[in-house]
Amino acid sequence: MDRRQFLSALLGAQPAGFGAGSGPAARDAAFASFANTALPARKAQSVGLEPYQGEWTRQEASHLLRRCLFGFSQSELDTVVGIGVSAAVDALLVSGVAPTPPLVTSAKETTIAIGSSWVDQPYNGDLSYDRSRNLQAWWMGLLLGQAPTIREKMTLFWHNHFAFEWRTVGEPHHTYFHLQKLRENALGNFKELARMITIDPAMLRYLNGNTNTKSNPNENYARELQELFTIGKGPEIAPGNYTNYTEDDVKAAAKVLTGWRDLRDNRNAEFRPNQHDTTDKTFSSAYGGTVIKGRTGAEGATEIDDLIEMIFSQTETARHLCRELYRYFVYYVVDDDVETHVVRPLADLLIGSAWEIAPVLSSLLKSAHFQDVSNRGCFIKTPLDLVVGSLRSLGSSLPTANDLPLQYQVWLTLVDQASNMQMELLEPPNVAGWPAFHQDPVYYQAWISSDTLPRRVQYTDRCLGTKGYQIGTWYLLPDLVGLANSSATDPSDLAALVNGLALRLFPIPITDSQNTYLQSVVLAGAPAYEWPNNWAAHTASPADATKKSVVETRLRNLLKAMMAMAEHQLC
Amino acid sequence: MDRRSFLKAGFSAGAFGAFHLASGQFSPTFAGLPAPALGRKTESEESKRILVVLRLDGGNDGLNTVLPLDQYDNLANARGNILIPASKALRLTNTVGLHPAMTGLHEAFMNGNLRIVQAVGYPNHNQSHFRSTDIWFTGSDSNQVLESGVLGRYLDGQFPNFPVGYPSAAKPHPPSIQIGSTLFTLLQGSDAGLGMAINDPSSVYALQSNGLDAAPDTPAGHELTFLRQMASQTRQYGDALKATMSAAATKSALYPATGNRLADQLKAVARLIAGGLQTRVYVVSLGGFDTHSAQVVESDTTTGKHADLLRQISVAITAFMDDLRLMGVEDRVVGITVSEFGRRILSNASFGTDHGLAAPMMLFGAPVAGGITGVNPTIPAKVTSSNNVGMQYDFRSVYASLLRDWLMVDKAECQRVLLKDFPGMDLIDANFSGRPPGTVRFKFQVRQYDRQTTFSYNLEESAPVNLTIFDLHGKTVRNVPGGTKSAGFHEAILDTRSLIAGRYFARLQVASGSQQLGFDVFE
Repeated sequence: MDRRQFLSALLGAQPAGFGAGSGPAARDAAFASFANTALPARKAQSVGLEPYQGEWTRQEASHLLRRCLFGFSQSELDTVVGIGVSAAVDALLVSGVAPTPPLVTSAKETTIAIGSSWVDQPYNGDLSYDRSRNLQAWWMGLLLGQAPTIREKMTLFWHNHFAFEWRTVGEPHHTYFHLQKLRENALGNFKELARMITIDPAMLRYLNGNTNTKSNPNENYARELQELFTIGKGPEIAPGNYTNYTEDDVKAAAKVLTGWRDLRDNRNAEFRPNQHDTTDKTFSSAYGGTVIKGRTGAEGATEIDDLIEMIFSQTETARHLCRELYRYFVYYVVDDDVETHVVRPLADLLIGSAWEIAPVLSSLLKSAHFQDVSNRGCFIKTPLDLVVGSLRSLGSSLPTANDLPLQYQVWLTLVDQASNMQMELLEPPNVAGWPAFHQDPVYYQAWISSDTLPRRVQYTDRCLGTKGYQIGTWYLLPDLVGLANSSATDPSDLAALVNGLALRLFPIPITDSQNTYLQSVVLAGAPAYEWPNNWAAHTASPADATKKSVVETRLRNLLKAMMAMAEHQLC
Repeated sequence: MDRRSFLKAGFSAGAFGAFHLASGQFSPTFAGLPAPALGRKTESEESKRILVVLRLDGGNDGLNTVLPLDQYDNLANARGNILIPASKALRLTNTVGLHPAMTGLHEAFMNGNLRIVQAVGYPNHNQSHFRSTDIWFTGSDSNQVLESGVLGRYLDGQFPNFPVGYPSAAKPHPPSIQIGSTLFTLLQGSDAGLGMAINDPSSVYALQSNGLDAAPDTPAGHELTFLRQMASQTRQYGDALKATMSAAATKSALYPATGNRLADQLKAVARLIAGGLQTRVYVVSLGGFDTHSAQVVESDTTTGKHADLLRQISVAITAFMDDLRLMGVEDRVVGITVSEFGRRILSNASFGTDHGLAAPMMLFGAPVAGGITGVNPTIPAKVTSSNNVGMQYDFRSVYASLLRDWLMVDKAECQRVLLKDFPGMDLIDANFSGRPPGTVRFKFQVRQYDRQTTFSYNLEESAPVNLTIFDLHGKTVRNVPGGTKSAGFHEAILDTRSLIAGRYFARLQVASGSQQLGFDVFE
């Protein structure tokens, strides 16, 4: 679907609904009634990028982890609380070791044993669907097993930024190596990444760069490079003039980019000089009238460097990315205050660090602004935050590599869960990425529809099934007692336990009446002493299955109720 | 397999080959049944039958609810400070009375719409609220841990793989509805919870955390408000609930306007049923039964906390049954009360009672077989704090009876749900259970061919059987050899060429039940 059509059909693009009484019209009606029709006003931000120096408790530390990880364990939280904000952010900004590539689990792979990887095997059209799905599952595995670093969150950021769809690309090797670029450079250099993606085989296929020749120029990539990937589209100040670039600049950039081809079984693109437009390319005043000198032969390939250089000499390129980072990590409302005190200083830092991302993230995440209480909980969980984060928060048992087919089956089922909530890994709706990160004025609210919201609660309910969430023969079984023990000093104190769990699960504190309500869920009509008595009975003989079941039943009900609250959708 | 499929299975074309079906049409009328009570009890469609579970949180004092009037001398010694005077009892029989606050239920009993089962409990009773509730909800033995609930397992069978693939065209509505904040373990299936909890019966589509505090005036509060609003409009099944709630208006004038939370809940349930919701299990609850102190008012033991609760129950159920009748759905609904335990025989000095063991259960609704199952508990002359009301019936026998005779699941399914075979009781009117009291379920059919007549019957369990053929004058013309027959299909073939043409009858006696069918012999 064309991106522009998609945006106008945003709401209608949800999958067919649940049957009786929940047709698309009903869903649209709810969203149309309640979603933003304009950006909410926000109170003036008094704080900027100066380092945060306030209290550093579980509350502040969990805000940091919520935004940088997909869920976190109590011990991960405790570590972060212990080392302070600066060391905590430094520890997050680590790429870590590269993951092992996706492993074959399908018997259809006749030439490779289960447990080996297909990524260095030749392309095989009959296997490309299975391999692509395998790749999605593998990514889910990386999310579930993530180290406490920002790498996976940043990899997803870049995937959303340089969006492409695996079904359109159709070549799992290209998809895999594209994804490797994003992950390897997750904390790397924006300018370098933009250069790599411009001649990345998956992207050449996705945005028709591979059919862009001097005789038949295709402007698709040249447009999105500027509109979405780098400088961004400004206000249209004259016909075809988008402030930061013009329609003629799109044409000129397309000429620069002529001659590139992707090849099967080759992770690098190939430059074909005879299809390259060797004329000089003249850009508008938005780019200071830059002329990129046309070059012949193999030299033509270097014109891309000039194009990237030109675009990255523009301050707006840095600002555009910093706004996007802000909306990904902090909040979607970028008003004048935020622009002045956060975005522009960050952009200056990005340029000053020669486009290295880590210093920018460090400054943002350590800032007083990031920790400002008004920025807590204002993010709506992405489907991946919900799917992955719920399991990691609950300490659910994850499938092991002892049974690879089962492990990948579990991972793939979780991929599909997130897809049902409108976030399919490797398949954003279009080149603009997921609407929640850019669709003004609804932004994060775009995740929520009459279809997806019940699915979210249904999912957390399943995670809290009596044996956990069963997939195949695996049970994603939560560690309820462990969670209670780690969330409160004395879990027999029900009010304290509820508050402790709320701190783990919700980004904003619950009110006293909510605490009372949640206690009543545990007690279900029984007198208040039943909880401490039964908890004490369990801790006195932890091996007693009956006593454990009594407290687990209550914890399960409590957690189901908490995860069904609107607060649990906030991040 | 439900009962109808069980009955059909014995008479499939496969079993009979290509024989043509002549006369001997199956009549659903069972011989020897008592006349329908007050002429109102008529069969309802099995697939539309509904069970309403009324949970009494905290452990209801059975001895002050169903009064064992023949035990009063000893009761006066044991709990004189809280005893309801016999003169105030609403008499059900000469020896059984109801608490005077339950006038509506007294009338229901007199109309045959209330069944009391005495002293229901389970072996090796546990007196912890949590644990005993878990046992009642999961149907476990007291030394066994089960995570799923009795009705959850029943609904597992009705909604395979729930929630995957639901709502569907065939099952558009929730498996069960609980008025409350979270589903009781009673409704927990082997995997998922088999139902939805609705917090506020006056607004069935309210969000769980709604109605508490306004969202804060912050960016987080802005998104929270959006999420709550979306949730309020988009609950799964929300549209269906909304539509059914508005499709039926409350018809009974007997619901109190205020002060009866149970009546509010049952009122919503009645509207959902009458509005066409296909959900077949509803759970409502009333708290406050943990009456360790001030259960009664010292100066008048017929008043106080417990009397108020029993009055709420009686008023609410009476209004509910009236509403169902006026809405024309009374034949589809049976309600039961459950509570985690009864209370100690001995009262305490605070005019209250401590945790006990067995207690009566009440079943209400037009399809119920009115009456009392079991006898009054025996109260010893000298009662100490270790004396308790002993169990007469395992609560799982009550579930078994409801599953078999009301929800019409077959024996194997009943065993799957209850994990064991529990003996049933006669709690449902025979017109609804299709089973004369005390009998084994069977299906009897007569088929007539040119020269012979076939009498076939399918027994669900092994039972003594006797088949008699008699003529219009009641004279026995053939006695087919009977005896105890095994479960399953049996048939007897009668050569009818020797009989004079005319009308005949075949009576099949199975245990203490029987059925009579007519057939014709031609020249």
